[in-house]
Amino acid sequence: MFRIDFNKLRFLVCDDNPHMRRILRTLLHSFGAREVYEAEDGATALEMYSHYVPDIVITDWAMPIFDGLELAQMIRQPESKGNPYAPIIMLTGHSEKRRVTVARDAGVTEFLAKPISAKGLYQRILNVVANPRPFIKTKTYFGPDRRRNTNSAYMGPERRVGEKHEVLQQPSLLDKARSTI
Amino acid sequence: MAKNSAKDIEVKAFATHQIITQPNPLRKVLRRVDEKDLDDPVGRAEQALAGLSGEFKDWMTIEVNRLSAAYVAIRNDGFTRERRNELFHAAHDIKGDAATFGYPAAAGIAESLCRVIEHAPDLEKVPAELFTHHINAILAIVHENTKLDSISVSAELSRRLRKVADDYLTQVNRDRPEHLEVILAPSIAPAE
Repeated sequence: MFRIDFNKLRFLVCDDNPHMRRILRTLLHSFGAREVYEAEDGATALEMYSHYVPDIVITDWAMPIFDGLELAQMIRQPESKGNPYAPIIMLTGHSEKRRVTVARDAGVTEFLAKPISAKGLYQRILNVVANPRPFIKTKTYFGPDRRRNTNSAYMGPERRVGEKHEVLQQPSLLDKARSTI
Repeated sequence: MAKNSAKDIEVKAFATHQIITQPNPLRKVLRRVDEKDLDDPVGRAEQALAGLSGEFKDWMTIEVNRLSAAYVAIRNDGFTRERRNELFHAAHDIKGDAATFGYPAAAGIAESLCRVIEHAPDLEKVPAELFTHHINAILAIVHENTKLDSISVSAELSRRLRKVADDYLTQVNRDRPEHLEVILAPSIAPAE
């Protein structure tokens, strides 16, 4: 059995709602985290991301100035001087399937639909710490591998040319988001 | 700690893409413990969250007052992009927070209101009652939540408002299949 030494992790939390930031801070501190930095909008979060170099980003989606989706896209710049690989957990009130897909395509690592729970948050953090996925770079995407499972019934063209079919035995982001937490 | 140096990063290039792997930069924070380890970080966090619960009623009041103010501004001066966004964000925050604060029925009604704002083709043409019934129901739930007998009433109110809103959205989006698909799709949010 594995545990996370939260006191060695640095978190950046981005949510425009002060109550949700307080809840997140409380949960993370209870897990054992000491370094939790907070931003109330995407622009401030991006500045703090460059300055504090957090290990894990937890962001809301709907926010002023620029939102969590744009924040993820700006972090996932392969040529940036900062770290484009940090795990991004999107914690959001959006709960539609298409939103999960959009978040995935922006380079989000994990998706957690509100209402928040201690267990759900812990599981997402454990997953990004213990099971990091390789990154994929294409003309239109840079981020964690979006293929979490194989679909033996898939009939379309192979969109990745030049490699053997990859098998990554992990539940899809959508399945995980659906699971009761 | 989170970033490996460039020499640790392995890039395999293919015709259409690159696969980038690196040693797990967070591996050092993983610690193997005995199966009998009694530490329970999730339980500890749940306890801490319960410790905050004394503030939830006040927080919820702030959230519903914001929603109410956003709609008063629209009722007085009409929809603008900013006012629409403020109403949506206020409802969206309640959708996300209310269940945590102990008001799951209010979260359901806020979700229904968000769907109306997001999928109505013309907000000016939405019957005012659809907005006021949603907002008044959320206000009532928050103010009456301490009465045990009101809980089942709240849940029923939430279900009925959702049905009215969905019927309206289905009707006005009958020629907009992309919206209709989203309206009819099941939610991925955990059940209450």
